[in-house]
Amino acid sequence: MFQRREFLKAMGAGLLVSVLPNLSYALAPAAYQRLLVLIELKGGNDGLNTVIPYASDDYYRLRPAIGIPRPQVLQLNEQIGLHPAMSSLLPLWQNHQLAVLQGVGYPEPNLSHFRSIEIWETASASNQYLGEGWLTRLFRSQPVPAGFAADGVVLSSQNLGPLDGGARAVVLSNPQDFARQAKLAADQQAGAHSGALSHILKVEGDIRTAANALQQPAMKPAANPADAPTAPPKAAGGFAQAINTLADILQNGTRIAVARITLTGFDTHGNQQPTQARLLGELADGLALLQNRLQAQGRWDDTLVLSYAEFGRRPRENGNRGTDHGTANSHFMLGGRVKGGLYGQTPLLAGVTDGNLPYAIDFRQLYSTVVQDWWGKDARQLFGGHFERLPLLRA
Amino acid sequence: MAEHALAGLPYTEERAFSMKSHAQTAIRLILLCLLPLTAWAGIGEEGARHLLSRTGFGANPAQIALYAPLGRQQAVDRLLDHAVYSALSAPPAWVNEPFDHPGKPNLTEDEKKALQKERNEHAQELRGWWLEEMRSTPSPLTEKMTLFWHNHFVSGLDKVGVPQLMYQQNVLLRHQALGNFGQLLHAIARDPAMMRYLDTVNNRKGQPNENFAREVMELFTLGEGHYSEQDIREAARAFTGWSLDKDFQFVYRPNQHDNGDKTIFGQQGNFDGDDVLDMLLRKPQTARFVTIKLWKTLVSPTPNEADIQRLSALFYRDNYEIRPLLRAMLLTPAFWQSQGQLIKSPLELTVGTLVTFDLTPPDWRALAGLNRQLGQDVFNPPNVKGWPGGEVWINSATLLTRKQFLDRLSHDAAPIRNNFVKADSQMDEARGREARIQRMIQAGLRPIKLQPDEWTAIYHIRTAADSARLLLAVPPAQPLPEGMSGAQAIAPLLLDPAYQVH
Repeated sequence: MFQRREFLKAMGAGLLVSVLPNLSYALAPAAYQRLLVLIELKGGNDGLNTVIPYASDDYYRLRPAIGIPRPQVLQLNEQIGLHPAMSSLLPLWQNHQLAVLQGVGYPEPNLSHFRSIEIWETASASNQYLGEGWLTRLFRSQPVPAGFAADGVVLSSQNLGPLDGGARAVVLSNPQDFARQAKLAADQQAGAHSGALSHILKVEGDIRTAANALQQPAMKPAANPADAPTAPPKAAGGFAQAINTLADILQNGTRIAVARITLTGFDTHGNQQPTQARLLGELADGLALLQNRLQAQGRWDDTLVLSYAEFGRRPRENGNRGTDHGTANSHFMLGGRVKGGLYGQTPLLAGVTDGNLPYAIDFRQLYSTVVQDWWGKDARQLFGGHFERLPLLRA
Repeated sequence: MAEHALAGLPYTEERAFSMKSHAQTAIRLILLCLLPLTAWAGIGEEGARHLLSRTGFGANPAQIALYAPLGRQQAVDRLLDHAVYSALSAPPAWVNEPFDHPGKPNLTEDEKKALQKERNEHAQELRGWWLEEMRSTPSPLTEKMTLFWHNHFVSGLDKVGVPQLMYQQNVLLRHQALGNFGQLLHAIARDPAMMRYLDTVNNRKGQPNENFAREVMELFTLGEGHYSEQDIREAARAFTGWSLDKDFQFVYRPNQHDNGDKTIFGQQGNFDGDDVLDMLLRKPQTARFVTIKLWKTLVSPTPNEADIQRLSALFYRDNYEIRPLLRAMLLTPAFWQSQGQLIKSPLELTVGTLVTFDLTPPDWRALAGLNRQLGQDVFNPPNVKGWPGGEVWINSATLLTRKQFLDRLSHDAAPIRNNFVKADSQMDEARGREARIQRMIQAGLRPIKLQPDEWTAIYHIRTAADSARLLLAVPPAQPLPEGMSGAQAIAPLLLDPAYQVH
C-alpha cells in the first residue's frame, strides 16, 4: 500500500514536469494554490449510522430497528466502524489519509435545517446572524489572487453557501456550455449602481472572468485513468458527475481556491436505511473517484476534502424507522496531507434516552485549521473568538 | 372551521366586518370627493408599470395605459376589486379522478414504471396548467398571492407524491389567496398534501413526529427565535390523531390522539391541533412575520420598521384579513418609491415577458421546464422554507439561462441558439438529459418569437425611450446608442441587466 502511494506521488510529480509544465502552482505548497473541497451532506446525515460505535450495547438499545448489525460494520478498530456502503473509503483509511471526526458541533445547537446550515456556512455563533459566508469573509480580508478563474466553484446546488454574499463564485454543471453562454454577460463595470442591479452586474463580471479562464485550451489529460495503477471506481449518479466535472476543470489548468459539492437527500425522518445506504455509497464512491482523479493529476497532496451538514441526528430512532434532528455529528477530512485516524469523541451513549449528544469538536476549529494550517492565512478575526486548531495535517 | 379559526382572537368576525363596511363607505365618500383630483394626479405609465409588475407578472402597454390615469388608491382598488378566487384555465382532466397510492403493494416492476411515468406526466401537465393561468388570468394578483402562499405553506410533489393532492392544495391557496390567513392556516394544517409533506400522517400518540409542529412555528407563523424546543415537542403531541384515510382525505382518529396535558407557551391543558394554531394566531408576532414576508415579496428586501409595525398591527386587528393588509401595503409611499429594488423571480421574468409582449407558447410544460432550470419549479420548491428569493435567484448559471431565454425571444438567428442542437452521443446521461430539456424548451418556445415591429406598431411606441419606460424599472445599465427606434431598442433592453430587476 505504502509503495503504491509513493509510486503514484512520483508519477504525479513526473507528469507535472513533463506534461503539465505550466501547472507550476501545484508545486507551491501554500496559500490558495491548495484546493479545499467542501462536501455538503444536505438534510443532516445521521452520523451515528455512518461512523458506528458497533461495540456499544447502548447503540443497539437506542436503535433496535435501524442499528447496523455488527457483522456488517466495516470495522476501523475494536469500537468504531463505517457503514457497510462505504467500503470505497477503506483504502484511504488504510493509507492514513482519512480523518474520522466524531462529535462535531457547536454550543447551543439549532435544530432547524435552515438556521442551522446558516450557522455552519456563515460560521457564526448560535445566536449571531451574519449575512455572508465564512469563505466570503476570508476572501474579502485575504483575497484570492486575481489570476484565479473564481474564488470558488459550486456544483450540484444553486446555493452559494459559504461563498454567499460577495465571493467570486460560479455555479457550474457543464464548463463548455458555460464558456459559450458567457458571451451573453454584459460587458460593463458594476460602477455606480446599487442594490439589486449591482448584484446582477457583479455576477455578470464573475461570469466574464471565469469564462475567460475556462476558455483556455484544454491540456492533454494527465493520464488515461484506465491506465492508472488503480482504475477509478465505477461511480455513477449526480454526485460522481459533479466530481468528474470538478476534476475536468482542474485538469484544464483552471485555478480556484474552493469547490463545494452538495449531496442531497439526508433528511431521513422515515425508513432511513435504504436511503442512507444509497447516499453513503454515492458519497464514498465519489470521494474515492475524486482521490483517484486528482492523484492522476498530481494534485491530491494539494487537496483537502471536508464534509459538513447542518446537524446530526438523535441517538434514538423515531417510530418511523428514521431519525429526527439532532446535534453533534460525524464528519470526514481527507486528502494527501491529512493525518488519518480518529479525532474527537466517540458518542457516550450510556444513559441516553431521548436526549442529544454534546459536541467534542467545534466546527470552527476545523475551519480555523483549514484557514491557518492549510492555506497559511490568518484565522484570528474570522470566527469571533479563538478556536483551537486540530493537528489534522502533515507539513 | 371558520368559527374555530377565529375563536379567541381579539376581534370577532362580525365586528370586524361591520367596522370594515363603515370604513369602506367612508373611503368611497372620500374617493368620490377626490375623484377629479386623483384622476388628474394619475400614477402615470411608470407607476402603472411598477404596480402591475409587482402585483402580477409583467404588463402590456394597453394594461399600463389603463392604470396610468388612475390615482394610487383607485389603481390599487381596481386591482383588488377585480380579484377572482378560482382559476379560469381548465385543469387537466385527471385532477378529479381517483388515483393509486404511491407505494401500492403487489405491483410488478412494469406496473410500477408505468405508474411512475403517468405520475411524471401529470406533474408536468399540472405545472403547465398553473403557468398558463398566470399568463392568461384577468387577475394576476390572485396568482401572485397564490404563489406567495405556495412559497409560505410549502409542500412539494417529490415528497407528496400525488399530483391530485397538489392540485387540491393549489385550489385551497387560490381560494384564500386574498382571504383570511387564520382560516388558511387551519385549512392547510388539514390539507392532505401538507399532511404528507410534513409527516402529520406519521404523528401518533407515543410516537410523536415533530416535523409539522416545528415548521408551523418556524416558517408559517412565528419565525425563528419565538418558541422553544419544548413548545415544539408538546405541540407535536397536540396534533396526534390527525390522519388521512385510505383515500387520502383528512380523518381524526381519537385513539391515536394524546389526551394528556401539554405545556405550550407556558399554558397548560389538553390541547389539540386547532388549539395550537389558535395560540399561534393570538401572538402578534405571527402577523408581523407574515407582513414582513409579504413586504419582501412586493416592496423591497429591507422592510421599514415603522411601516411594518403599522401594517402588522392592522393585519392583527383585522383578524388576519389579507386584502386590507395588501391594500395598505400597496398604498405606502415606500412601495411607490421602490422601483428596481427587487430581482425578478424566474416566473416574473418568463411569464412577465410573455404577458408584456402578448406571447403564448404552444407548450406550457416547456416553459415550466425552463423555470425549473431557473430555480423555480412550481409544485416542487427546494425545501419547506421555499424559495429564498432575492439575490439567490441570480447566480452565474441562472443568469445565463435567463439571458438565453430573452435572447432567443428577441434576437433573430443569434449564434448561441444553435448550440443546443447537439448530439447526445458524447455526453453522459445527465448531460444528455439537460440537452434534451434544452431542445424541448427550444421547440416549445420557437413559435412564440417576439415581433418588435409589430409590437411597437400596435402600441404606437416610437422612440427607444418609450420602450425603455415600458420595459425597465430603472434606466438601462448599458446606455442605448443614439438614434435607435422603439423596435430596435427592444432586444438590447431585454438583455440589459436592468431588465432583471423590477
